[in-house]
Amino acid sequence: MRDRGWLGTRKGLFRLQKMNGSWEIADVAFRGHPVSYVFVDPRDGAIYAALNLGHFGAKLHRSDDDGATWTEVAVPVFPEGEGAPTLKQIWSIEAAGPNVDDGLWLGTIPGGLFQSRDRGASWQLNEPLWNHPSRAKWFGGGADEPAIHSICVDPRDPQHVRIAVSCGGVWRTFDGGQTWAIGGIGMRADFMPPDEQMNPEIQDPHLMVQCPADPDTLWVQHHNGIFRSTDGADSWEEVTGLDVSLFGFAVAVHPANPLRAWFVPAIKDEMRIPVDGRLVVTRTDDGGKTGTVLTNGLPAENCYDLVFRHALAIDETGDQLLFGSTTGNAYATENGGDTWTALPWHLPPVYVAKLA
Amino acid sequence: MAFVHFTPHLRMHVDVRDGEFAGATVAEVLNSAFEVMPTARGYVLDDHGAVRKHVVIFLNSTLIQDRTRQSDAVAPGDRIDVLQALSGG
Repeated sequence: MRDRGWLGTRKGLFRLQKMNGSWEIADVAFRGHPVSYVFVDPRDGAIYAALNLGHFGAKLHRSDDDGATWTEVAVPVFPEGEGAPTLKQIWSIEAAGPNVDDGLWLGTIPGGLFQSRDRGASWQLNEPLWNHPSRAKWFGGGADEPAIHSICVDPRDPQHVRIAVSCGGVWRTFDGGQTWAIGGIGMRADFMPPDEQMNPEIQDPHLMVQCPADPDTLWVQHHNGIFRSTDGADSWEEVTGLDVSLFGFAVAVHPANPLRAWFVPAIKDEMRIPVDGRLVVTRTDDGGKTGTVLTNGLPAENCYDLVFRHALAIDETGDQLLFGSTTGNAYATENGGDTWTALPWHLPPVYVAKLA
Repeated sequence: MAFVHFTPHLRMHVDVRDGEFAGATVAEVLNSAFEVMPTARGYVLDDHGAVRKHVVIFLNSTLIQDRTRQSDAVAPGDRIDVLQALSGG
């Protein structure tokens, strides 16, 4: 079970360490500054922290010594030209394969996908996706411009990559990004005109996660509900068996059991607060047919906590989870959510949580 | 030569220093500054060389006119202030 965690917040990156069974705040990096994403590279131990400085733009830093020191590395740059976009935010980073030389994938607002083969010293735009005609239909969801927030690299074949875009649906490549095809058949977007609601190109998947032991099973917490794919993101079945609410942002899947997944529900979507002021986590153990509402250790009233899409983390055991909320609360479990421990801190709004 | 002052806020992130830099436009003066402080460029200007949305540049206490190319003419002895805009805070 992991004994190190990370919370990227509006006011810094908190490094958590488990001491005698309890989570402690070991260190705060980038104090006072918004941390939009954190990636811990399992291949070389490097830690990447994406900042979103209010005045000075999006930045990326890397640590090669477990967060003791940080070095600023390059950020992606969009091509010049009429109406050329500028980088607004770095919102996802993933290893592009099992070896460091395979490089990194990185997703941004606006909806650009970039690759680096030199640990962030330089970034190349994936032009086949950027130039895909369907991209003209993408639009912003929760941000002014489209966003690539989910990158799932198939552990069986790193040339096979699935990404999710708000709002631009789910995309797949089988050749390392040279060609892209839309997936997401079966997703539903009530926020669109009737003729467009089933169009996979305009869907708003809030987060997509892949089961490491069964990479053809993916889960999406979508703006309109919860969806599960068992064919590698081509087609999706809507999951309706969970109580409380099917709206939310975060989802985690068990690393070995593709039928088990966790969500943090909220009142959709005009309010985005917990139902009845009660913070709960929902879990399914049967692929979404039924669910369990997990409440033990979570506050039962007067809650306004929303959990953002990257703010629910799970470790390799599948038993330990950690999440942080918009009101700066954090909770951890070591038994799959049957009981939760409220961490005794008053943090800034939490954007991203990791156990790594 | 023009005198360039950078907001202390910027020093939280990059090693910048105020000083005299050469150039006939704001862009040229800033380029001279960024030659010796290359990391600062991406904090003041965006991907395409425009002044970042939440950064403001004053030339002799007046906001520059050309945020895209910083073509405002600079005379010897002028003062340029590179500051954070309140809109970004």
